[in-house]
Amino acid sequence: MIIEIKNLSYVYNPGTPFEKKALDDISLGIEEGEFIGLIGHTGSGKSTLVQHLNGLIKPTSGEIIIDGDSLSDKSTKLKNIRQKVGLVFQYPEHQLFEETIYKDIAFGPKNLGLSQEEVDERVRHAMDLVGLDFEELKDRSPFELSGGQKRRVAIAGVVAMKPKVLVLDEPTAGLDPKGRDDILDEIRTLYEKENITIILVSHSMEDIARLVNRIFVMHRGRLAMDGSPREIFGRSDELEGMGLGIPQITKFMKKFKASGHDVKDDVLTIEEAKVEILKYLRGKKDA
Amino acid sequence: MLKDITIGQYFPGTSLIHKLDPRVKIAVTALFIASLFFISKFYPYIFIVLFIAAVIKTAKLPVKFILKGLRPLMFIILITFAINLFMTKGEVLFELGPLTVTKEGLRQSVFMALRLVFLITGTSLLTLTTSPIALTDGIERLLSPFKKIGLPAHELAMMMTIALRFIPTLLEETDKIMKAQMARGADFESGNIINRARNLVPLLVPLFINAFRRADDLATAMEARCYRGGDGRTRLNELSFKNMDYVVLTGMTAFFGILIATRYLG
Repeated sequence: MIIEIKNLSYVYNPGTPFEKKALDDISLGIEEGEFIGLIGHTGSGKSTLVQHLNGLIKPTSGEIIIDGDSLSDKSTKLKNIRQKVGLVFQYPEHQLFEETIYKDIAFGPKNLGLSQEEVDERVRHAMDLVGLDFEELKDRSPFELSGGQKRRVAIAGVVAMKPKVLVLDEPTAGLDPKGRDDILDEIRTLYEKENITIILVSHSMEDIARLVNRIFVMHRGRLAMDGSPREIFGRSDELEGMGLGIPQITKFMKKFKASGHDVKDDVLTIEEAKVEILKYLRGKKDA
Repeated sequence: MLKDITIGQYFPGTSLIHKLDPRVKIAVTALFIASLFFISKFYPYIFIVLFIAAVIKTAKLPVKFILKGLRPLMFIILITFAINLFMTKGEVLFELGPLTVTKEGLRQSVFMALRLVFLITGTSLLTLTTSPIALTDGIERLLSPFKKIGLPAHELAMMMTIALRFIPTLLEETDKIMKAQMARGADFESGNIINRARNLVPLLVPLFINAFRRADDLATAMEARCYRGGDGRTRLNELSFKNMDYVVLTGMTAFFGILIATRYLG
Protein backbone atom coordinates (compact mmCIF):
# COMPACT_ATOMS: atom_id res chain seq x y z
CA MET A 1 0.00 0.00 0.00
CA ILE A 2 1.48 3.37 -0.95
CA ILE A 3 -0.77 5.46 1.29
CA GLU A 4 -2.40 4.30 4.47
CA ILE A 5 -4.43 6.55 6.74
CA LYS A 6 -5.58 5.37 10.16
CA ASN A 7 -8.23 7.20 12.19
CA LEU A 8 -7.12 10.62 11.01
CA SER A 9 -8.81 13.63 12.63
CA TYR A 10 -7.97 17.29 12.25
CA VAL A 11 -9.30 20.36 14.07
CA TYR A 12 -8.68 23.92 12.84
CA ASN A 13 -7.95 26.60 15.49
CA PRO A 14 -8.54 24.40 18.52
CA GLY A 15 -9.52 26.27 21.68
CA THR A 16 -10.76 29.44 19.95
CA PRO A 17 -14.26 30.46 18.87
CA PHE A 18 -13.14 29.67 15.31
CA GLU A 19 -12.63 25.99 16.16
CA LYS A 20 -13.73 23.71 13.37
CA LYS A 21 -13.47 19.97 12.96
CA ALA A 22 -12.28 19.49 9.39
CA LEU A 23 -11.55 15.76 9.37
CA ASP A 24 -13.29 13.20 11.52
CA ASP A 25 -11.83 9.72 11.98
CA ILE A 26 -10.79 8.96 8.42
CA SER A 27 -9.27 5.59 7.58
CA LEU A 28 -8.35 4.52 4.07
CA GLY A 29 -5.73 2.75 2.01
CA ILE A 30 -4.50 3.48 -1.51
CA GLU A 31 -2.61 0.91 -3.60
CA GLU A 32 0.18 1.79 -5.97
CA GLY A 33 -1.08 2.53 -9.49
CA GLU A 34 -4.60 3.49 -8.51
CA PHE A 35 -6.29 6.53 -10.03
CA ILE A 36 -8.39 8.00 -7.25
CA GLY A 37 -11.11 10.59 -7.56
CA LEU A 38 -11.79 12.59 -4.41
CA ILE A 39 -15.14 14.36 -4.42
CA GLY A 40 -17.11 16.27 -1.85
CA HIS A 41 -19.00 19.46 -1.27
CA THR A 42 -17.04 22.70 -0.64
CA GLY A 43 -15.79 22.54 2.94
CA SER A 44 -16.09 18.77 3.20
CA GLY A 45 -12.41 18.44 4.06
CA LYS A 46 -10.92 17.37 0.71
CA SER A 47 -8.17 19.99 0.64
CA THR A 48 -7.35 19.43 4.31
CA LEU A 49 -7.05 15.72 3.65
CA VAL A 50 -4.68 16.05 0.69
CA GLN A 51 -2.45 18.48 2.59
CA HIS A 52 -1.93 15.78 5.18
CA LEU A 53 -0.54 13.44 2.56
CA ASN A 54 2.84 15.17 2.36
CA GLY A 55 3.03 16.48 5.89
CA LEU A 56 2.03 20.10 5.21
CA ILE A 57 -0.54 19.73 7.98
CA LYS A 58 0.06 17.63 11.07
CA PRO A 59 -2.85 15.46 12.17
CA THR A 60 -4.65 16.32 15.42
CA SER A 61 -4.91 12.57 15.94
CA GLY A 62 -4.39 9.45 13.85
CA GLU A 63 -1.60 8.21 11.65
CA ILE A 64 -0.52 8.54 8.02
CA ILE A 65 1.84 6.05 6.42
CA ILE A 66 3.40 6.89 3.06
CA ASP A 67 5.23 4.08 1.31
CA GLY A 68 5.97 2.39 4.64
CA ASP A 69 7.08 5.52 6.52
CA SER A 70 4.84 6.92 9.21
CA LEU A 71 4.59 10.73 9.11
CA SER A 72 4.33 10.90 12.89
CA ASP A 73 7.66 9.09 13.15
CA LYS A 74 10.45 11.55 13.99
CA SER A 75 13.00 9.73 11.82
CA THR A 76 10.86 10.21 8.69
CA LYS A 77 12.31 12.99 6.56
CA LEU A 78 9.59 15.31 5.29
CA LYS A 79 11.72 16.18 2.30
CA ASN A 80 11.58 12.57 1.12
CA ILE A 81 7.84 12.44 1.68
CA ARG A 82 7.34 15.63 -0.31
CA GLN A 83 9.34 14.15 -3.14
CA LYS A 84 7.24 11.00 -3.06
CA VAL A 85 3.90 12.78 -2.83
CA GLY A 86 3.68 15.68 -5.28
CA LEU A 87 0.90 18.12 -4.50
CA VAL A 88 -0.53 20.50 -7.08
CA PHE A 89 -2.65 23.09 -5.31
CA GLN A 90 -5.73 24.84 -6.60
CA TYR A 91 -4.82 27.61 -9.04
CA PRO A 92 -1.17 26.48 -8.97
CA GLU A 93 -0.21 29.23 -11.43
CA HIS A 94 -0.46 31.67 -8.50
CA GLN A 95 2.74 30.24 -7.07
CA LEU A 96 4.97 30.84 -10.12
CA PHE A 97 7.81 33.21 -9.30
CA GLU A 98 10.87 32.71 -11.50
CA GLU A 99 12.04 34.80 -14.43
CA THR A 100 11.95 31.91 -16.85
CA ILE A 101 9.80 28.85 -17.24
CA TYR A 102 12.88 26.66 -17.07
CA LYS A 103 13.95 28.06 -13.71
CA ASP A 104 10.48 27.76 -12.27
CA ILE A 105 10.12 24.11 -13.18
CA ALA A 106 13.68 23.45 -12.00
CA PHE A 107 12.88 24.85 -8.54
CA GLY A 108 11.63 21.52 -7.16
CA PRO A 109 14.35 19.29 -8.65
CA LYS A 110 17.02 21.75 -7.46
CA ASN A 111 15.64 21.63 -3.93
CA LEU A 112 16.09 17.87 -4.11
CA GLY A 113 19.79 18.50 -4.63
CA LEU A 114 20.05 16.89 -8.06
CA SER A 115 22.90 17.46 -10.49
CA GLN A 116 22.57 20.05 -13.26
CA GLU A 117 22.25 17.36 -15.95
CA GLU A 118 19.58 15.56 -13.99
CA VAL A 119 17.66 18.80 -13.40
CA ASP A 120 17.91 19.59 -17.09
CA GLU A 121 16.64 16.17 -18.06
CA ARG A 122 13.74 16.36 -15.62
CA VAL A 123 12.61 19.79 -16.78
CA ARG A 124 12.70 18.63 -20.39
CA HIS A 125 10.73 15.49 -19.55
CA ALA A 126 8.16 17.28 -17.38
CA MET A 127 7.52 19.95 -20.03
CA ASP A 128 7.12 17.22 -22.60
CA LEU A 129 4.58 15.38 -20.44
CA VAL A 130 2.36 18.41 -19.97
CA GLY A 131 2.60 19.41 -23.62
CA LEU A 132 4.95 22.40 -23.43
CA ASP A 133 7.65 22.86 -26.06
CA PHE A 134 11.01 22.94 -24.26
CA GLU A 135 13.11 24.81 -26.82
CA GLU A 136 10.46 27.38 -27.56
CA LEU A 137 9.39 28.16 -24.01
CA LYS A 138 12.28 27.49 -21.65
CA ASP A 139 13.62 31.05 -21.65
CA ARG A 140 10.28 32.84 -21.69
CA SER A 141 8.74 34.38 -18.58
CA PRO A 142 5.94 32.29 -17.12
CA PHE A 143 3.95 35.49 -16.62
CA GLU A 144 3.57 36.06 -20.36
CA LEU A 145 1.65 32.82 -20.87
CA SER A 146 -2.08 32.20 -21.05
CA GLY A 147 -3.93 30.84 -18.01
CA GLY A 148 -3.92 27.25 -19.23
CA GLN A 149 -0.23 27.41 -20.18
CA LYS A 150 0.72 28.89 -16.80
CA ARG A 151 -1.10 26.06 -15.10
CA ARG A 152 0.84 23.55 -17.19
CA VAL A 153 4.11 25.13 -16.08
CA ALA A 154 2.99 24.86 -12.45
CA ILE A 155 1.99 21.22 -12.87
CA ALA A 156 5.28 20.49 -14.64
CA GLY A 157 7.06 22.00 -11.62
CA VAL A 158 5.61 19.25 -9.45
CA VAL A 159 5.87 16.47 -12.05
CA ALA A 160 9.60 17.26 -12.41
CA MET A 161 10.11 16.03 -8.86
CA LYS A 162 9.12 12.55 -10.10
CA PRO A 163 6.62 11.84 -7.36
CA LYS A 164 5.23 8.33 -6.84
CA VAL A 165 1.87 9.85 -5.97
CA LEU A 166 0.58 12.95 -7.70
CA VAL A 167 -2.24 14.82 -5.99
CA LEU A 168 -4.09 17.42 -8.06
CA ASP A 169 -6.51 19.74 -6.27
CA GLU A 170 -9.09 20.86 -8.84
CA PRO A 171 -6.61 21.16 -11.69
CA THR A 172 -9.25 22.37 -14.15
CA ALA A 173 -10.89 25.09 -12.04
CA GLY A 174 -11.35 28.31 -14.00
CA LEU A 175 -10.18 26.97 -17.37
CA ASP A 176 -12.11 27.10 -20.62
CA PRO A 177 -13.48 23.79 -22.03
CA LYS A 178 -10.52 23.31 -24.36
CA GLY A 179 -7.98 24.03 -21.64
CA ARG A 180 -9.83 21.67 -19.35
CA ASP A 181 -9.83 18.79 -21.81
CA ASP A 182 -6.15 19.33 -22.59
CA ILE A 183 -5.14 19.26 -18.94
CA LEU A 184 -7.23 16.17 -18.27
CA ASP A 185 -5.73 14.40 -21.30
CA GLU A 186 -2.26 15.25 -20.03
CA ILE A 187 -3.11 13.88 -16.61
CA ARG A 188 -4.27 10.67 -18.20
CA THR A 189 -1.10 10.43 -20.29
CA LEU A 190 0.91 11.01 -17.16
CA TYR A 191 -0.92 8.20 -15.43
CA GLU A 192 -0.44 5.80 -18.30
CA LYS A 193 3.16 6.65 -19.20
CA GLU A 194 4.71 7.30 -15.82
CA ASN A 195 3.04 4.50 -13.91
CA ILE A 196 2.24 6.70 -10.91
CA THR A 197 -0.63 6.85 -8.46
CA ILE A 198 -2.91 9.83 -8.97
CA ILE A 199 -5.40 11.47 -6.64
CA LEU A 200 -7.67 13.90 -8.44
CA VAL A 201 -9.81 16.29 -6.43
CA SER A 202 -12.62 17.62 -8.56
CA HIS A 203 -16.13 19.03 -8.56
CA SER A 204 -16.78 17.78 -12.06
CA MET A 205 -18.45 14.37 -11.96
CA GLU A 206 -17.84 14.06 -15.72
CA ASP A 207 -14.09 14.41 -15.31
CA ILE A 208 -14.07 11.95 -12.43
CA ALA A 209 -16.22 9.41 -14.30
CA ARG A 210 -14.01 9.62 -17.36
CA LEU A 211 -10.67 9.19 -15.64
CA VAL A 212 -10.59 7.47 -12.28
CA ASN A 213 -10.93 3.86 -11.20
CA ARG A 214 -11.86 4.47 -7.59
CA ILE A 215 -13.78 7.23 -5.85
CA PHE A 216 -13.70 8.58 -2.30
CA VAL A 217 -16.64 10.74 -1.28
CA MET A 218 -16.10 13.15 1.60
CA HIS A 219 -18.99 14.60 3.56
CA ARG A 220 -18.65 16.91 6.58
CA GLY A 221 -15.11 15.74 7.33
CA ARG A 222 -15.95 12.05 7.09
CA LEU A 223 -15.26 9.49 4.41
CA ALA A 224 -18.83 8.81 3.31
CA MET A 225 -18.26 6.42 0.40
CA ASP A 226 -15.44 4.45 -1.17
CA GLY A 227 -15.89 2.40 -4.31
CA SER A 228 -15.66 2.13 -8.08
CA PRO A 229 -17.25 4.92 -10.15
CA ARG A 230 -20.06 2.59 -11.15
CA GLU A 231 -20.88 1.74 -7.53
CA ILE A 232 -20.66 5.33 -6.35
CA PHE A 233 -22.67 6.88 -9.16
CA GLY A 234 -25.27 4.16 -8.66
CA ARG A 235 -26.05 5.79 -5.33
CA SER A 236 -27.24 9.05 -6.85
CA ASP A 237 -29.86 9.80 -4.17
CA GLU A 238 -27.27 9.69 -1.41
CA LEU A 239 -24.88 11.81 -3.47
CA GLU A 240 -27.57 14.41 -4.08
CA GLY A 241 -28.26 14.46 -0.35
CA MET A 242 -24.64 15.58 0.11
CA GLY A 243 -24.99 18.37 -2.42
CA LEU A 244 -23.19 16.35 -5.08
CA GLY A 245 -24.44 14.87 -8.31
CA ILE A 246 -23.74 12.23 -10.90
CA PRO A 247 -22.52 12.73 -14.47
CA GLN A 248 -25.15 14.25 -16.77
CA ILE A 249 -25.09 11.24 -19.05
CA THR A 250 -25.66 8.82 -16.15
CA LYS A 251 -28.58 10.97 -15.06
CA PHE A 252 -29.97 10.89 -18.55
CA MET A 253 -29.73 7.11 -18.80
CA LYS A 254 -31.45 6.70 -15.43
CA LYS A 255 -34.35 8.85 -16.61
CA PHE A 256 -34.44 7.06 -19.94
CA LYS A 257 -34.69 3.74 -18.15
CA ALA A 258 -37.28 5.06 -15.72
CA SER A 259 -39.49 6.11 -18.61
CA GLY A 260 -39.82 2.46 -19.63
CA HIS A 261 -36.84 1.75 -21.88
CA ASP A 262 -34.84 -1.35 -21.17
CA VAL A 263 -31.27 0.00 -20.98
CA LYS A 264 -28.48 -0.32 -18.43
CA ASP A 265 -28.32 2.85 -16.40
CA ASP A 266 -24.85 2.50 -14.91
CA VAL A 267 -23.00 4.12 -17.81
CA LEU A 268 -20.38 6.71 -17.01
CA THR A 269 -19.41 8.30 -20.32
CA ILE A 270 -21.10 9.43 -23.49
CA GLU A 271 -19.27 6.69 -25.42
CA GLU A 272 -20.70 4.00 -23.16
CA ALA A 273 -24.17 5.51 -23.43
CA LYS A 274 -23.91 5.54 -27.20
CA VAL A 275 -23.08 1.84 -27.29
CA GLU A 276 -25.90 1.06 -24.89
CA ILE A 277 -28.51 3.10 -26.78
CA LEU A 278 -27.49 1.64 -30.13
CA LYS A 279 -27.78 -1.84 -28.65
CA TYR A 280 -31.21 -0.98 -27.33
CA LEU A 281 -32.42 0.45 -30.65
CA ARG A 282 -31.14 -2.54 -32.61
CA GLY A 283 -32.81 -4.90 -30.13
CA LYS A 284 -36.09 -3.07 -30.64
CA LYS A 285 -35.85 -3.26 -34.40
CA ASP A 286 -35.28 -7.02 -34.28
CA ALA A 287 -38.21 -7.63 -31.98
CA MET B 1 3.28 30.10 12.95
CA LEU B 2 1.20 32.68 11.11
CA LYS B 3 -1.80 31.78 13.22
CA ASP B 4 -0.06 33.26 16.29
CA ILE B 5 -0.49 36.78 14.99
CA THR B 6 -3.40 38.19 16.95
CA ILE B 7 -2.71 41.90 16.53
CA GLY B 8 -5.72 43.56 15.00
CA GLN B 9 -7.77 40.43 15.36
CA TYR B 10 -11.41 40.75 16.36
CA PHE B 11 -12.89 38.43 18.94
CA PRO B 12 -16.65 38.37 18.31
CA GLY B 13 -18.98 38.77 21.26
CA THR B 14 -22.09 40.52 22.55
CA SER B 15 -20.80 41.95 25.81
CA LEU B 16 -21.25 45.48 27.08
CA ILE B 17 -17.76 46.33 25.83
CA HIS B 18 -18.48 44.98 22.36
CA LYS B 19 -21.62 47.09 22.17
CA LEU B 20 -20.04 50.40 23.17
CA ASP B 21 -19.78 53.09 20.55
CA PRO B 22 -16.40 52.69 18.80
CA ARG B 23 -15.68 56.41 19.33
CA VAL B 24 -15.93 55.88 23.08
CA LYS B 25 -13.60 52.91 22.89
CA ILE B 26 -11.09 54.81 20.78
CA ALA B 27 -11.21 57.77 23.18
CA VAL B 28 -10.78 55.53 26.21
CA THR B 29 -7.87 53.76 24.54
CA ALA B 30 -6.26 57.15 23.82
CA LEU B 31 -6.71 58.09 27.49
CA PHE B 32 -5.28 54.74 28.49
CA ILE B 33 -2.16 55.26 26.39
CA ALA B 34 -1.75 58.85 27.60
CA SER B 35 -2.04 57.80 31.24
CA LEU B 36 0.57 55.07 30.72
CA PHE B 37 3.04 57.73 29.65
CA PHE B 38 2.13 60.07 32.49
CA ILE B 39 2.30 57.48 35.24
CA SER B 40 5.69 57.71 36.95
CA LYS B 41 5.16 55.50 39.99
CA PHE B 42 4.40 51.85 40.51
CA TYR B 43 1.20 52.01 42.53
CA PRO B 44 -1.06 53.42 39.72
CA TYR B 45 -0.15 50.30 37.76
CA ILE B 46 -2.39 48.37 40.14
CA PHE B 47 -5.33 50.31 38.77
CA ILE B 48 -4.17 49.73 35.19
CA VAL B 49 -4.07 45.98 35.87
CA LEU B 50 -7.52 46.17 37.45
CA PHE B 51 -8.81 48.10 34.43
CA ILE B 52 -7.42 45.53 31.97
CA ALA B 53 -8.73 42.64 34.06
CA ALA B 54 -12.17 44.23 34.28
CA VAL B 55 -12.36 44.71 30.51
CA ILE B 56 -11.21 41.13 29.84
CA LYS B 57 -13.78 39.80 32.32
CA THR B 58 -16.67 41.88 30.99
CA ALA B 59 -15.87 41.15 27.35
CA LYS B 60 -15.39 37.43 28.15
CA LEU B 61 -12.05 37.32 26.33
CA PRO B 62 -9.91 34.23 26.91
CA VAL B 63 -6.73 35.26 28.77
CA LYS B 64 -4.72 32.71 26.77
CA PHE B 65 -5.62 34.53 23.60
CA ILE B 66 -4.25 37.81 24.92
CA LEU B 67 -1.05 36.23 26.21
CA LYS B 68 -0.53 34.66 22.79
CA GLY B 69 -0.70 38.14 21.27
CA LEU B 70 2.20 39.21 23.49
CA ARG B 71 4.47 36.41 22.39
CA PRO B 72 5.68 37.87 19.05
CA LEU B 73 6.60 41.10 20.90
CA MET B 74 8.46 39.34 23.70
CA PHE B 75 11.76 40.08 21.94
CA ILE B 76 11.20 43.84 21.92
CA ILE B 77 10.12 43.78 25.56
CA LEU B 78 13.23 41.82 26.55
CA ILE B 79 15.55 44.17 24.67
CA THR B 80 13.96 47.20 26.29
CA PHE B 81 14.32 45.50 29.64
CA ALA B 82 17.99 44.69 29.06
CA ILE B 83 18.93 48.15 27.79
CA ASN B 84 17.26 49.88 30.70
CA LEU B 85 18.74 47.44 33.16
CA PHE B 86 22.34 47.91 32.10
CA MET B 87 22.42 51.46 30.78
CA THR B 88 20.92 53.44 33.65
CA LYS B 89 23.44 55.21 35.90
CA GLY B 90 23.02 55.34 39.64
CA GLU B 91 23.63 53.41 42.83
CA VAL B 92 25.41 50.18 41.87
CA LEU B 93 23.71 47.01 43.09
CA PHE B 94 26.04 44.40 41.58
CA GLU B 95 28.33 43.90 38.60
CA LEU B 96 28.31 41.23 35.92
CA GLY B 97 31.67 41.50 34.18
CA PRO B 98 31.59 44.77 32.20
CA LEU B 99 27.89 45.24 32.93
CA THR B 100 26.64 46.99 36.03
CA VAL B 101 23.17 46.82 37.43
CA THR B 102 22.03 49.85 39.38
CA LYS B 103 19.10 50.28 41.69
CA GLU B 104 17.66 52.92 39.36
CA GLY B 105 18.27 50.64 36.37
CA LEU B 106 16.37 47.78 37.95
CA ARG B 107 13.44 50.01 38.79
CA GLN B 108 13.49 51.65 35.35
CA SER B 109 13.69 48.36 33.43
CA VAL B 110 10.83 46.70 35.30
CA PHE B 111 8.81 49.88 34.91
CA MET B 112 9.43 50.10 31.14
CA ALA B 113 8.76 46.42 30.53
CA LEU B 114 5.46 46.67 32.38
CA ARG B 115 4.57 49.82 30.46
CA LEU B 116 5.13 47.99 27.15
CA VAL B 117 3.11 44.98 28.25
CA PHE B 118 0.22 47.22 29.33
CA LEU B 119 0.47 49.24 26.15
CA ILE B 120 0.19 46.15 23.98
CA THR B 121 -2.56 44.44 25.97
CA GLY B 122 -4.55 47.65 26.43
CA THR B 123 -4.55 48.55 22.76
CA SER B 124 -5.25 45.00 21.67
CA LEU B 125 -8.37 45.12 23.85
CA LEU B 126 -9.69 47.79 21.47
CA THR B 127 -9.27 45.67 18.34
CA LEU B 128 -10.35 42.48 20.09
CA THR B 129 -13.71 43.95 21.08
CA THR B 130 -14.37 46.19 18.08
CA SER B 131 -15.02 44.86 14.60
CA PRO B 132 -12.77 46.43 11.95
CA ILE B 133 -15.79 48.06 10.30
CA ALA B 134 -16.94 49.68 13.54
CA LEU B 135 -13.38 50.76 14.24
CA THR B 136 -12.91 52.56 10.94
CA ASP B 137 -16.41 54.06 11.17
CA GLY B 138 -15.39 55.47 14.51
CA ILE B 139 -12.12 56.82 13.16
CA GLU B 140 -13.86 58.41 10.21
CA ARG B 141 -16.35 60.18 12.46
CA LEU B 142 -13.64 61.31 14.86
CA LEU B 143 -11.59 62.72 11.97
CA SER B 144 -14.46 64.31 10.10
CA PRO B 145 -14.12 67.74 11.80
CA PHE B 146 -10.66 67.95 10.20
CA LYS B 147 -12.16 67.65 6.71
CA LYS B 148 -12.51 71.44 6.79
CA ILE B 149 -8.75 71.81 6.76
CA GLY B 150 -8.44 69.33 3.90
CA LEU B 151 -7.93 66.05 5.73
CA PRO B 152 -9.37 63.24 3.58
CA ALA B 153 -11.10 61.52 6.51
CA HIS B 154 -13.27 59.23 4.43
CA GLU B 155 -10.44 58.13 2.17
CA LEU B 156 -8.20 57.42 5.15
CA ALA B 157 -10.92 55.38 6.81
CA MET B 158 -11.63 53.49 3.59
CA MET B 159 -7.93 52.71 3.19
CA MET B 160 -7.83 51.39 6.74
CA THR B 161 -10.95 49.30 6.24
CA ILE B 162 -9.47 47.74 3.13
CA ALA B 163 -6.09 47.16 4.75
CA LEU B 164 -7.67 45.52 7.79
CA ARG B 165 -10.03 43.54 5.62
CA PHE B 166 -7.12 42.09 3.67
CA ILE B 167 -4.87 41.11 6.57
CA PRO B 168 -6.52 37.69 6.98
CA THR B 169 -6.70 37.22 3.22
CA LEU B 170 -3.01 37.94 2.83
CA LEU B 171 -2.12 35.67 5.73
CA GLU B 172 -4.16 32.90 4.18
CA GLU B 173 -2.52 33.52 0.84
CA THR B 174 0.94 33.49 2.41
CA ASP B 175 0.12 30.21 4.09
CA LYS B 176 -1.08 28.73 0.81
CA ILE B 177 1.94 29.82 -1.24
CA MET B 178 4.29 28.69 1.52
CA LYS B 179 2.70 25.27 1.46
CA ALA B 180 2.78 25.10 -2.31
CA GLN B 181 6.51 25.92 -2.34
CA MET B 182 7.17 23.53 0.53
CA ALA B 183 5.47 20.85 -1.54
CA ARG B 184 8.18 21.60 -4.12
CA GLY B 185 10.87 21.13 -1.49
CA ALA B 186 11.33 24.76 -0.43
CA ASP B 187 12.69 25.28 3.05
CA PHE B 188 11.60 28.32 5.06
CA GLU B 189 12.71 27.21 8.48
CA SER B 190 16.43 26.44 8.45
CA GLY B 191 19.70 27.92 7.24
CA ASN B 192 21.48 31.15 8.14
CA ILE B 193 19.91 34.56 7.83
CA ILE B 194 21.13 35.26 4.27
CA ASN B 195 19.91 31.92 3.00
CA ARG B 196 16.64 32.38 4.75
CA ALA B 197 16.14 35.77 3.15
CA ARG B 198 16.95 34.28 -0.24
CA ASN B 199 14.52 31.44 0.38
CA LEU B 200 11.75 34.00 0.82
CA VAL B 201 11.86 34.99 -2.86
CA PRO B 202 9.58 32.11 -3.97
CA LEU B 203 7.11 33.30 -1.34
CA LEU B 204 7.28 37.07 -1.79
CA VAL B 205 7.17 37.26 -5.58
CA PRO B 206 3.85 35.41 -5.96
CA LEU B 207 2.48 37.16 -2.89
CA PHE B 208 3.12 40.61 -4.37
CA ILE B 209 1.84 39.65 -7.78
CA ASN B 210 -1.37 38.31 -6.25
CA ALA B 211 -1.78 41.33 -4.00
CA PHE B 212 -1.52 43.71 -6.97
CA ARG B 213 -3.94 41.60 -8.96
CA ARG B 214 -6.36 41.60 -6.04
CA ALA B 215 -6.07 45.36 -5.55
CA ASP B 216 -6.80 45.89 -9.22
CA ASP B 217 -9.85 43.62 -9.07
CA LEU B 218 -11.10 45.37 -5.97
CA ALA B 219 -10.76 48.80 -7.58
CA THR B 220 -12.70 47.61 -10.61
CA ALA B 221 -15.39 46.04 -8.44
CA MET B 222 -15.75 49.25 -6.43
CA GLU B 223 -16.02 51.38 -9.54
CA ALA B 224 -18.55 48.95 -10.99
CA ARG B 225 -20.66 49.68 -7.93
CA CYS B 226 -20.29 53.43 -8.52
CA TYR B 227 -17.92 54.18 -5.66
CA ARG B 228 -16.96 57.83 -5.92
CA GLY B 229 -15.43 58.62 -2.55
CA GLY B 230 -17.04 60.03 0.55
CA ASP B 231 -19.13 62.97 -0.65
CA GLY B 232 -22.83 62.43 -0.19
CA ARG B 233 -22.32 58.83 0.88
CA THR B 234 -24.82 57.55 3.44
CA ARG B 235 -24.21 54.65 5.77
CA LEU B 236 -26.07 51.55 6.86
CA ASN B 237 -25.39 51.91 10.57
CA GLU B 238 -25.29 55.49 11.85
CA LEU B 239 -23.24 55.81 15.02
CA SER B 240 -25.12 57.29 17.93
CA PHE B 241 -24.23 57.68 21.60
CA LYS B 242 -26.43 55.78 24.05
CA ASN B 243 -26.70 56.42 27.77
CA MET B 244 -24.16 53.74 28.49
CA ASP B 245 -21.65 55.45 26.19
CA TYR B 246 -21.95 58.70 28.15
CA VAL B 247 -21.59 56.88 31.45
CA VAL B 248 -18.50 54.96 30.33
CA LEU B 249 -16.88 57.99 28.73
CA THR B 250 -17.37 60.17 31.81
CA GLY B 251 -16.34 57.45 34.22
CA MET B 252 -13.23 56.54 32.28
CA THR B 253 -12.18 60.16 31.77
CA ALA B 254 -12.33 60.63 35.53
CA PHE B 255 -10.51 57.35 36.17
CA PHE B 256 -7.62 58.06 33.81
CA GLY B 257 -7.62 61.72 34.86
CA ILE B 258 -6.83 60.62 38.39
CA LEU B 259 -4.15 58.20 37.17
CA ILE B 260 -2.52 60.99 35.19
CA ALA B 261 -2.74 63.27 38.22
CA THR B 262 -0.74 60.77 40.31
CA ARG B 263 2.34 62.01 38.50
CA TYR B 264 2.02 65.37 40.21
CA LEU B 265 0.98 64.07 43.61
CA GLY B 266 3.25 63.12 46.48
